Amino acid sequence: MQQEWVGEAKIDRIDDVTEFVNAALEAVDCPMKAQMQIDIAIDEVLANVAQYAYAPGTGSVRVLVDPKPGAVTITFIDRGTPYNPLEHTDPDTTLSAEDRQIGGLGILLVKRTMDAVRYEFRDGQNILSIRKEF
Amino acid sequence: MKINSTKNGTELVLALEGRLDTMTAPELEAELKDALNGVETLVFDFEKLDYISSAGLRVLLAAQKTMHRQGSMKVTHVNETIMEVFEVTGFTDFLTIE
Repeated sequence: MQQEWVGEAKIDRIDDVTEFVNAALEAVDCPMKAQMQIDIAIDEVLANVAQYAYAPGTGSVRVLVDPKPGAVTITFIDRGTPYNPLEHTDPDTTLSAEDRQIGGLGILLVKRTMDAVRYEFRDGQNILSIRKEF
Repeated sequence: MKINSTKNGTELVLALEGRLDTMTAPELEAELKDALNGVETLVFDFEKLDYISSAGLRVLLAAQKTMHRQGSMKVTHVNETIMEVFEVTGFTDFLTIE
């Protein structure tokens, strides 16, 4: 059954969302490794929303979690500045430490560890959903 | 996240416990700010670290750059989830992981 979390898009609320999602994952016996990958993805997505969506102000974010046996879909919805994190080119991960730029690594991690990542802007809302199979 | 810091001469061992993420990465950054003075060997012990996100990678990269100039740095006891984060992001290319 789909569950919803609504709160302010702030970095210090990310732990709340993680706990909320983990509770849903435990109910469908999600393995620990997949759960940690999902927790990382939550951190990456919500950090972006918290830092950029409503800057310099703040606003709310809705998180929908739809746990099923063998797969979970998590959807993040905000009403901030339209922003598609998937349209940026991936950072060069072959550079040395000295030349390395850190931007874009978060969304790259999400794309590589989740089974599907989708973005759409609809009715004034950024809607980003991630799906993980386990 | 908990940071357990042990200094032996010019070696500094930082054992992290919990999650190194957007919320906690600034704590590590603050810890490293002055702690690296005079350090020639920096060791991150990840035995009790559950996972790391890109905010944590940013701090590790900064530490690597500093230690590149003044000595060496290694990361130990990396779990499977964290190793995959290092692999996906290419951090395995320049980190010393034991």
